[in-house]
Amino acid sequence: MSLTSDDVAKIAHLARLGINTQDTEAYAKSLSGILDLIAQMNTINTDHITPMAHPLDQIQRLRPDQVTESNQREHFQAIAPQVAEGLYLVPKVIE
Amino acid sequence: MSYADEQDWEVVIGLEIHTQLATQSKIFSGAATAYGAEPNTQACTVDLGFPGVLPVLNQEAVRMAVKFGCAIDAEIAPYSIFARKNYFYPDLPKGYQISQMDLPIVGKGHLDIEVDGESKRVGITRAHLEEDAGKSLHEDFHGLTGIDLNRAGTPLLEIVSEPDMRSAKEAVAYMRKLHELVRYLEISDGNMQEGSFRCDANVSVRPRGQQQFGTRTEIKNINSFRFIEKAINYEVERHIEILERGGKITQETRLYDSVKDETRSMRSKEEANDYRYFPDPDLLPVMIAPELLAEIKSQLPELPSSKKQRFKEQYQLDNESATILTSARELADFFETVVKLSACDAKICSNWITGELLGALNKASLEIAASPVSAERFAGLLQRIADNTISGKIAKQVFEAMWQSEESADAIIAAQGLQQITDMSAIEAIIDTIIADNPGQVEQYRSGKDKVFAFFVGQVMKQSQGKANPAEVNKMLKAKLQ
Amino acid sequence: MYQQTIAQLALGLRQGTFTSVELTQAYLTRIKQHSELNSFITVTEEQALQAAKAADLRLAQGNAEPLTGIPLAQKDIFCTLGVKTSCGSKILDNFIAPYNATVVEKFNAAGAVMLGKLNMDEFAMGSSNETSFYGAVKNPWDLNCVPGGSSGGSAAAVAAHLVAGATGTDTGGSIRQPAALCGITGLKPTYGRVSRYGMIAYASSLDQGGPMTRTAEDAAIMLQVMAGFDPKDSTSSDQAVPDYSASLNAPLQGLKIGLPKEFFTADLDSEIAATLAAAIDEYRKMGAEIKEISMPNLNMAIPAYYIIAPAEASANLSRFDGVRFGYRCSNPVDLTDLYTRSRGEAFGNEVKRRILIGTYALSAGYYDAYYLKAQKIRRLISEDFKNALAEVDVIMGPVTPSTAFAIGEKSNDPIQMYLSDIYTIAINLAGVPAMSIPAGLVNNKPVGLQIIGNYFAEAKLLNVAHQFQQVTPWHQHSPKGFE
Repeated sequence: MSLTSDDVAKIAHLARLGINTQDTEAYAKSLSGILDLIAQMNTINTDHITPMAHPLDQIQRLRPDQVTESNQREHFQAIAPQVAEGLYLVPKVIE
Repeated sequence: MSYADEQDWEVVIGLEIHTQLATQSKIFSGAATAYGAEPNTQACTVDLGFPGVLPVLNQEAVRMAVKFGCAIDAEIAPYSIFARKNYFYPDLPKGYQISQMDLPIVGKGHLDIEVDGESKRVGITRAHLEEDAGKSLHEDFHGLTGIDLNRAGTPLLEIVSEPDMRSAKEAVAYMRKLHELVRYLEISDGNMQEGSFRCDANVSVRPRGQQQFGTRTEIKNINSFRFIEKAINYEVERHIEILERGGKITQETRLYDSVKDETRSMRSKEEANDYRYFPDPDLLPVMIAPELLAEIKSQLPELPSSKKQRFKEQYQLDNESATILTSARELADFFETVVKLSACDAKICSNWITGELLGALNKASLEIAASPVSAERFAGLLQRIADNTISGKIAKQVFEAMWQSEESADAIIAAQGLQQITDMSAIEAIIDTIIADNPGQVEQYRSGKDKVFAFFVGQVMKQSQGKANPAEVNKMLKAKLQ
Repeated sequence: MYQQTIAQLALGLRQGTFTSVELTQAYLTRIKQHSELNSFITVTEEQALQAAKAADLRLAQGNAEPLTGIPLAQKDIFCTLGVKTSCGSKILDNFIAPYNATVVEKFNAAGAVMLGKLNMDEFAMGSSNETSFYGAVKNPWDLNCVPGGSSGGSAAAVAAHLVAGATGTDTGGSIRQPAALCGITGLKPTYGRVSRYGMIAYASSLDQGGPMTRTAEDAAIMLQVMAGFDPKDSTSSDQAVPDYSASLNAPLQGLKIGLPKEFFTADLDSEIAATLAAAIDEYRKMGAEIKEISMPNLNMAIPAYYIIAPAEASANLSRFDGVRFGYRCSNPVDLTDLYTRSRGEAFGNEVKRRILIGTYALSAGYYDAYYLKAQKIRRLISEDFKNALAEVDVIMGPVTPSTAFAIGEKSNDPIQMYLSDIYTIAINLAGVPAMSIPAGLVNNKPVGLQIIGNYFAEAKLLNVAHQFQQVTPWHQHSPKGFE
């Protein structure tokens, strides 16, 4: 499996990762190498094997429906890049 | 809708309804869900997606979803899983929404709707739990958008229908029915202004008789019954117009503009459609034990459709009255309380509630729960009709007074001296006087002009200030005029 | 006093040989003296001294716990209230955590003294500590060599006696591999044994925090505090936590040790193989039965891991978007620009590489071939462990294919770097606990022995490790210049 610079640009956009155009070639090369390593998976048959998402055979524990958190806006927003009137600010969202 | 060729096209509609569940805390955190708080004061570390935080599932959200599943006769997944839906948007703090993809908590079910007296079954494909996103506020912050994450993490049940609806009217009927149901089950307040009940509509048209579906468009985030009908109708017209011109429908997401009454393409949603769903490793499979399922089933309230059937049978109500009275659980309860306490005929109770009471509530834009006249006070009024203390006409006067005050019907009747005259001698005296004063009309009646009878009734009621019992008046007048 | 183990220091504090403040000051001085190792990102001197004072009070009042007054440090992946928590990344360089990780809360409650935050590979993605935004950490055994990663700062600091013990996290070997390369003891507990709340996620289904110490006895003391159910972590286990120190001295007579033949192939450095053979011989002398076993799917661990971990990471790292915390690019022109530049400018190459791989593996059309396939292989690997551990009590093998390599040697070759975790990754996929303990020196560089146990058998691992340390000197060796 080998990826092109174009593929890398597309994936990078999906992941909102800025990558310099001069670097996409290098990424394409190293990612292709990694995909070759990964391709070893195809050497074994996994038909009828149940996928494993978690190491432990546990079920989800449920939390009682109780309000346990109080307002800490000033504390949380003290580390925010840009806020005004209690809101986080971002460049204009166009719908 | 004024398309001549509309007959040639069949409309296909499927709805995705997001209903906020009425839990106290969020689906994955202990922050409050109350509406209307100051921005970001109900967003905790988990809701804000701070590094290192983890979600823990709210048991009430799960119970509510199961309750809904039971109410639509759906299969409840014994084992369901949460997945991450990945996309970047500023109101989505983690860059993914925790939702369900494979193995949703509620599987296939159905809901019966009624349109123009015809009953129709709409399939429900699935209903799954997910977290709501925050809100983008577009007021001008020097050209920036403000983000409020109070809503982020509010539990949502997304209810996905089959593409079973064939008109905007059916879509509205389905949406109303679902709205009624979630409120009946008390799993959502259904407040559409506050966004507790929102609808996305998938719309397509196809030539009548064609098996294959046409290309669909999705209209996002419609939050009123009126707008859903208008938005769908607009979209249907748009599709037909394009197809008749020989054009093609682009599969896309559109937004309904209620001011202009039109839909427009939502460009921002277009590119990000590769959501890269995968099971959320922070959450484990949710198991619904058979005991829990049985417990929830046993606690299920009587549902609108069976309540309606019961009302028709038990109270001998017509379909329309039964439909109105069962449209909300509070209204149905109001009716049954009134019947029980007033010992009044159920049909009279029904007429008074659907007529006077709902009329007054409507005028004042009030819900039944906020009625100034409680079921107990209302029953007190109807009781006085049943025992002939007052006539229906006087009762309307009493009701108006009750609406304005806290007084009971009896207190108002007593204070204003409105009780019917049941003293027969008093009525007889009035009748005698009227007969004596109107010899001409007496002559006419006796010569066969039956219509004049009404004149006498009117005179008696007038003189008694409406307090004479009409039945008694009729009986005595007939005897005296013979 | 800084040469002592946690167990010895705890005794000294109780006997009044020294106070926690004196001990803390001694370590703080040492940290300054050995800044060339670059093992700390943040030193919390003032807070440490305050905590030490409080600990001395507690000791005087006689209500101290085993860790009260003991100077430790946290890997900079654990959120610490009011203290910068960078995760080794530029994107969190300005992040003052607004809350404490559960592990941190537990150490605070136990009265431990936090000296600071330890250097690490960026977002725990790396096996050499070279991906840190704060620069490479140096191996005290050879300053030209890497300490391993991602918990490289932790391993180097413990090896150089800059701290009495440290936390690490292990997603594919990040506790064990640096422990091996720095000649210390590292334990990766069973997945779910230690709360992940407040531990910045790399790959959520694999990440697990654990202790890094000089001895197994110390690891038992630290794990005792770290382990346990946390209602804030849905994946944490509610199994009862045993007394890890109680069983350290159980005899190993009749212990069944399995040696997977897949671990002992020609790929393993012959000198390391010889060192391990000698170590296993020690166990034989203690009465253990040694048995060759086979775990046929072990060689699939690296390919499966490099799908699962990056896939989870690609989503876990989406929250770093320049909106609510962390690095934001200057003057973003629009939303996409805000996202792509903030992330592009502040994530390092290896992080980007893994986000790209993960994004690709999950994207439309590739999910089944990559992610689902990897999860199926994960099942096969975990079955291998279950089968093997039904047969033997513990599995032993190498931790690393070589001793510490030179800084820069593999940093431009991701695949070579990935292969340095070839013996550790399968353990994370299965979720079982494993340790690395010092087993000898090759060319004056430490070699680790890996001990793998059954789910929640940490007490057994600590017992097996401790018994080895009763009869061998390797855990007592200190690198030259750091004695």
